[in-house]
Amino acid sequence: MDRLYFDVAHLFAGGLVLTSFVLLYQDRLSGLINVFTIHAVLLSLSVGWQAYAQHASHLYVTAAIAVIFKAVVIPLSLRKMIERMGIHREVEVVGSIGVTMLLGIALVALSLAVILPATAAADPLAREDIAFALSVVLLGLLMMVTRRNAVSQIIGFMSLENGLILAAAGAKGMPLVVEISVAFSVLIAFIVIGIFLFRIRERFDTVDVQELDRVRGQSR
Amino acid sequence: MTLENFHLASLLLAIPGVAALVLAALPGYRLAAQINVAASGLTFLCAGSLLFQRPAPGLYLFVDDLNIVFVVLSTFIGFTTSAFSASYIEHEIDTGKLNPAYVRFYHAIYQALMFAMNLALLANNIGLMWVAVEVATLTTVVMVGIYRTPEALEAAWKYFILGSVGIALALFGTILVYLSAQPVLGEGYDAMVWTSLMQKAAGFSPRLLNVAFVFLMLGYGTKVGLAPMHAWLPDAHAEGPTPISAVLSGLLLNVALYAVLRFKMLLAVNAAAISPGPLMVTLGLASLIFAGFMLYRRDDIKRLFAYSSIEHMGIITFAFGMGGPLANFAGLLHMTMHSLTKSAIFFAVGHVAQVKGTQKIAKITGLTESHPVLGWGLVAGVMAIAGLPPLGIFMSEFLVVSSTFARQPLLAIPLVFGLLVAFGALLLRLIEMAFGEPSGRVDKIEASVVPLFGHLSLVLLAGLYLPPHLVVWFQNVARLLG
Repeated sequence: MDRLYFDVAHLFAGGLVLTSFVLLYQDRLSGLINVFTIHAVLLSLSVGWQAYAQHASHLYVTAAIAVIFKAVVIPLSLRKMIERMGIHREVEVVGSIGVTMLLGIALVALSLAVILPATAAADPLAREDIAFALSVVLLGLLMMVTRRNAVSQIIGFMSLENGLILAAAGAKGMPLVVEISVAFSVLIAFIVIGIFLFRIRERFDTVDVQELDRVRGQSR
Repeated sequence: MTLENFHLASLLLAIPGVAALVLAALPGYRLAAQINVAASGLTFLCAGSLLFQRPAPGLYLFVDDLNIVFVVLSTFIGFTTSAFSASYIEHEIDTGKLNPAYVRFYHAIYQALMFAMNLALLANNIGLMWVAVEVATLTTVVMVGIYRTPEALEAAWKYFILGSVGIALALFGTILVYLSAQPVLGEGYDAMVWTSLMQKAAGFSPRLLNVAFVFLMLGYGTKVGLAPMHAWLPDAHAEGPTPISAVLSGLLLNVALYAVLRFKMLLAVNAAAISPGPLMVTLGLASLIFAGFMLYRRDDIKRLFAYSSIEHMGIITFAFGMGGPLANFAGLLHMTMHSLTKSAIFFAVGHVAQVKGTQKIAKITGLTESHPVLGWGLVAGVMAIAGLPPLGIFMSEFLVVSSTFARQPLLAIPLVFGLLVAFGALLLRLIEMAFGEPSGRVDKIEASVVPLFGHLSLVLLAGLYLPPHLVVWFQNVARLLG
């Protein structure tokens, strides 16, 4: 296969991993949303390139969903939401940024160590794409566990999900990719609406998840 | 495959699907409850008829020895739970906890959940199965949060986030399975269809399958409620409407377990892949022992039985992880008994919480005196779930323990220890609730006790006498599971 295919695919997928790292240390919600927009654009470029390289026209649909839904609709509504809630302030990051970054690097190393030997027989284009995708998934998980704020947890989940779409697009000829990306978009829309409703009904004074842990119904 | 041949399995999807749409459009809640029961009953009849006439596998749906057990069990409990929910929900409207608009929504979502679970069980495609499990998760999240109290919203949010992470990991595993199948089966649908995967799995890349299974086990295992990924389960059970607790414990956990079992079978075909057994045994034992100790600290009745579900899912996962005809048979039997008993317990608990107006165990005492029928029903249910003879769970637990003794005596020690710990906790709590001076409110209630005692008598019957047909059937499935 043409060398160019690899290089461009790596450029986009590698960019996605780097942006995941930027997400890890962003400590302002508005900055987080901006970086996530870049993350989504890179995903759609990456999926679009896979569509071109694999001659798989249905993947263009997935790329379009990524760019319209995740790079435009979701960031806009999140921005409106944090403005209404008045939480443009700093988000609390649990643990120090240095430790989080080191953990992130360890996770990327882990995913390369796990995926590359396991996929020795698979198509090389798919193989490295999957390794990058797993890194993005694990970094998204790391972001979800280090954040306490509901909005930043969602962004963590969406970056995780971007990694999954990258993996699905990289698996050559995989059916149902479009359906799966639609199913995920529905899921995310539900989450965003959910948070929005929580706030509108004023059941909570904050969207800090630690506040949610208040009632347990068990003796301590 | 001919169309004529296949209409039965697609009916299992069409009935709940259509019913969900009808119920969403229907204003009257009494009629809605009746339609809900009728649709669930019809679905159960269709599932039963699959036993006699089995359609050929298609590109999207298939029926085989394994999933038919799950389908019949889940449609049966779906049916009895809908009957219980009719009387339960009416009381919720009377006390003003739910308004008619939400009840309309509730019934539509109930059928949507049945649709998603049947689809997950019948899907002949690993991608379709994943989508179905995702839909089932979404519908139950909505149900858990339906009371919209801060506690319910917290539970729904936690369930949402943990469930989403779980299904995300499962999707990554699914993609890896496709990737391992693609060089052998070629691109496209074939490499995601169960029936063709099972035939060709011997040629897949074993290392890729190993990595895939770890993701699938952790992903779907979150939905099974295995420790340490169980955190969503007690909250979701405690804060949602009780019929949903019954469906969650009795059915949804099984559906997730079914997914794990399917992938376990896939790995078993490939000789070079790791054996999934030890991973399942470890997670199962951890859940059993952890939940056993957690049972002592509960003071909320629904949370108590939620932890008991974690315990029993641990036992079942352990049994399937041990493998072999006897342990698999015990696992299947235990799964069936647990689903029947646990949903029966939730039927009783639902009415108890309604008459007492609380879920706090400390405020529920002397049930057998104040409400003899409900009280003794709960006593029978808890005795069954704790594993006392002659009820069905005693027998299946006995089989799990004895097959473990025969093959891995050392593993039997933590297993029996966990069982005893849980047994003690359950009896302690039961004595508090069932006997002594009646406390709190003593409202009378129009409870439908038919589903409760129906389930319990089935469990008792299974403990005394297993029909030979059932034994042969389960033995076949156990062999299939390897």
